[in-house]
Amino acid sequence: MSTPFQVEAGEVTLSGHVAGPEKAPVVLLIHGYPDDSTVWDGVVADLAADHRVITYDVRGAGASTAPASSRGYHLGRLMADLSSVIEAQVPDGGKIHLVGHDWGSIQGWQALVDARTRHRIASYTSVSGPSLDLAFGAMARRLRDQPLAALPPLLGQLMRSWYVLAFHVPAFAPLVWRAGAARLWPRILRRTDGIDVAGRPTQLEDALRGINLYRANFREKLMAPQRQTIGQPVQLLVPRNDPFVSAAVFDDLAADVPHLVREDIESGHWLPLKDPALLAARVRRFVTHVDGGKDCGAFVHGRRLAARRTPGAAPLAGKLALITGAGSGIGRATAIALAEKGADIIATDIDEAAAERTATLARLVGVEAHARKVDVADAGAMTALADWTEEMLGGVDIVVNNAGIGMAGDFLDTSVEDWRRVLDVNLWGVIHGARLFGGRMAARHSGGHIVNVASAAAFMPARGLSAYAATKSAVLMMTTCLRAELRDKGIGVSAICPGIIDTGITDRTTFVGASAEAQDRRRAAASRLYARRALTAEVVAEQIIAAILKDRAVAHVGLEAVLGNLLGRLSPGLMRRIAGADLMPK
Amino acid sequence: MSMPDPTERIAAFRAAQRLAYDCAEAIAAELRPGMTEREAAGRMKAWAGDHGVREWFHEPFAWFGDRTAFRGAIGIRALRGFNPAFFPGGRRLEEGMAFILDCAPVVGRAVADIGYSGALGHNAVVEQLLDDLIEHRNLIPRELAAGRSMAEVSRAVDALCRRQGVEPRHKAYPYTVLAHRVEVLPGDASRFSLARFGLRAVRELRRQIAEGQGEGWSPLWNSSPASDHPPVPGLWAVEPHLGFRDVGAKFEELLLIGDDGSARWLDDDLPHVRRFKARPTVKKAA
Repeated sequence: MSTPFQVEAGEVTLSGHVAGPEKAPVVLLIHGYPDDSTVWDGVVADLAADHRVITYDVRGAGASTAPASSRGYHLGRLMADLSSVIEAQVPDGGKIHLVGHDWGSIQGWQALVDARTRHRIASYTSVSGPSLDLAFGAMARRLRDQPLAALPPLLGQLMRSWYVLAFHVPAFAPLVWRAGAARLWPRILRRTDGIDVAGRPTQLEDALRGINLYRANFREKLMAPQRQTIGQPVQLLVPRNDPFVSAAVFDDLAADVPHLVREDIESGHWLPLKDPALLAARVRRFVTHVDGGKDCGAFVHGRRLAARRTPGAAPLAGKLALITGAGSGIGRATAIALAEKGADIIATDIDEAAAERTATLARLVGVEAHARKVDVADAGAMTALADWTEEMLGGVDIVVNNAGIGMAGDFLDTSVEDWRRVLDVNLWGVIHGARLFGGRMAARHSGGHIVNVASAAAFMPARGLSAYAATKSAVLMMTTCLRAELRDKGIGVSAICPGIIDTGITDRTTFVGASAEAQDRRRAAASRLYARRALTAEVVAEQIIAAILKDRAVAHVGLEAVLGNLLGRLSPGLMRRIAGADLMPK
Repeated sequence: MSMPDPTERIAAFRAAQRLAYDCAEAIAAELRPGMTEREAAGRMKAWAGDHGVREWFHEPFAWFGDRTAFRGAIGIRALRGFNPAFFPGGRRLEEGMAFILDCAPVVGRAVADIGYSGALGHNAVVEQLLDDLIEHRNLIPRELAAGRSMAEVSRAVDALCRRQGVEPRHKAYPYTVLAHRVEVLPGDASRFSLARFGLRAVRELRRQIAEGQGEGWSPLWNSSPASDHPPVPGLWAVEPHLGFRDVGAKFEELLLIGDDGSARWLDDDLPHVRRFKARPTVKKAA
């Protein structure tokens, strides 16, 4: 149950609500534009179970009164309002945990440095609103230091900030709001973000008055940004698909905000409406962390992301990538290539020393790297691995299900045991990896990418490859289905189909139905063929990186894979005839 | 073609190798930011000249920065790996940059051929590669002792590279050699050289190639079938060269293969061996 309150703050009267148990930690939520405090209703309903939650309508919005002139919307006045609300609602001088969204978030950043409020704030959670001082300051520094490199991110934000410019054009924005935007607002939100909100009677007034927030503050901050170090712990929640604020404006904050954690969230601009439970959970976790000193993997991840996201950082900086079968071949090359793109690495392999060596090489590239021994066929071990990454490192952003074994020989010579082994590693290994890590990615709402390494054998039938090709074909189809399912969650899924790659797999391939001596001979013959083809694991790794960065559904690596794929479409009959040729090494 | 006394012969080669490594160490200590490969090579030549060297198997080479990895132009293997990009150029040394110094002086009738790797200041990749090289140094005599053919030993080096996750960059050398045989040089000193290679030593190598062709062995030790023969007694200048991304490191020193096929390094008191022994913690890789 929430209790309404009113606070006199100079020229305006602010209206708000307070909810939740009195002794609980205090959380204060500031709404943005063109909202009022009802934007927090879902979050309050959740958070008030174990927090004292204060919300209020910013001056000029909702039930609060408005100042007479546009100067009344200056950040200085807004800080005085916030201070008055805190004094009135938390009279014992205790600290509050601040949460801001959009313009409320811009206010929150200001509150961290404003002399009237900063001593009252224990922590701050910022959603979709930058510190104008830090953002404009960073922009100016970048333009001065590296004018060319600074332009793309600057243009990106300008494209998203068209409305800020429009708000400075006299009469234009009010006209749009009056012409119907305010009336249509709920419908616009449903269309753009799939959010259902009821129309508010004050929507038009809120929208019109709030324009003054931009007019009273942007020019001043743009011309003279102040650089200040922020001492309070800050949690940055960055929606990945925010049409109004580019994620880049939150890069490079770690220097000015030493206690910063960052999480990129699969959401649009209106996170408080879109997923109030998630936002409440993030605030609850942060408050517990700040008040009780309790750390967890998510903050390890959050600190890493905050520290790594600097201007000019490699595209995967701050991401954590796990690679199975990373002790050799495509797995190791992929781990190194991911490290070169800035990702931190968890190298796993059934051979612990080999995984450790890959981690060492990744560290030499300059990232953080871990090595874990795991048998991908072992569901229990894979679950334990997934739990460990979650608890210690906050979960992975990229998983490359690469581990696989080779098997060749006639179908009738392939024993049930042979079948179990190849299915366990090549198919179940990928299933475990995709299930366990995909499930955790979906739960985290931070997007992600799953790469499953299949093979050109997935679509090129051949004598003697029935078992191997069957597992790879299953991986390819499963991957394609999974991609369709995870699209909505912002998780990309790619299948990689390499042709003949010289990775050393042939040195370990099982040739079923062959004597030990024949086995060695065939391995050697196959290895010679693969060495002559001379297509390296690094080429596959390059394609894996491209698949991740460009979210490709499938990558065929090597001419034989590309042509095989084409041939299978143009003339399946010819493909089947080729499959009949006996090409197995003798 | 050998010196009459085997002990004297071994001592002569060891002394030549010491001189060559002393030369490389002396110039490595003189390296400064801004110095070019050509300057470093020139300093080595001058230092050796001051110490009595008048003839070369090959004149000094120096490679800086990403050229140590033998990637790009320097890695082109057309013309069997003879490649003008090998020669010292205008690349300037910077702080933290990897370098390789390589020289092969002739001292009397003995030939040394050495490779010295390091970095100006600290380079973590160079340190790792120097550690990794010691495993190759241990592997080669061990594999020979196990009765492997010379090609099999070379392939074992390739396999160890694969386990270590580094590239065997000596594949970019002429004839993709892991090692080449050295002999006591015949006749009188020759001061003529062709593209930095000394005439007398090149002539001797050609003579060995011809001799080996008749007898079924090759003085150019690599992974190809031509080296698929039992160990050939004598001295071999072994030069594993490892690369990781744009950094490379190598050593080159003489391996002595006995008439019974046993193998040992001619000298264990060399900079890269001393460095490894002095390391506080010896990390076992791969």
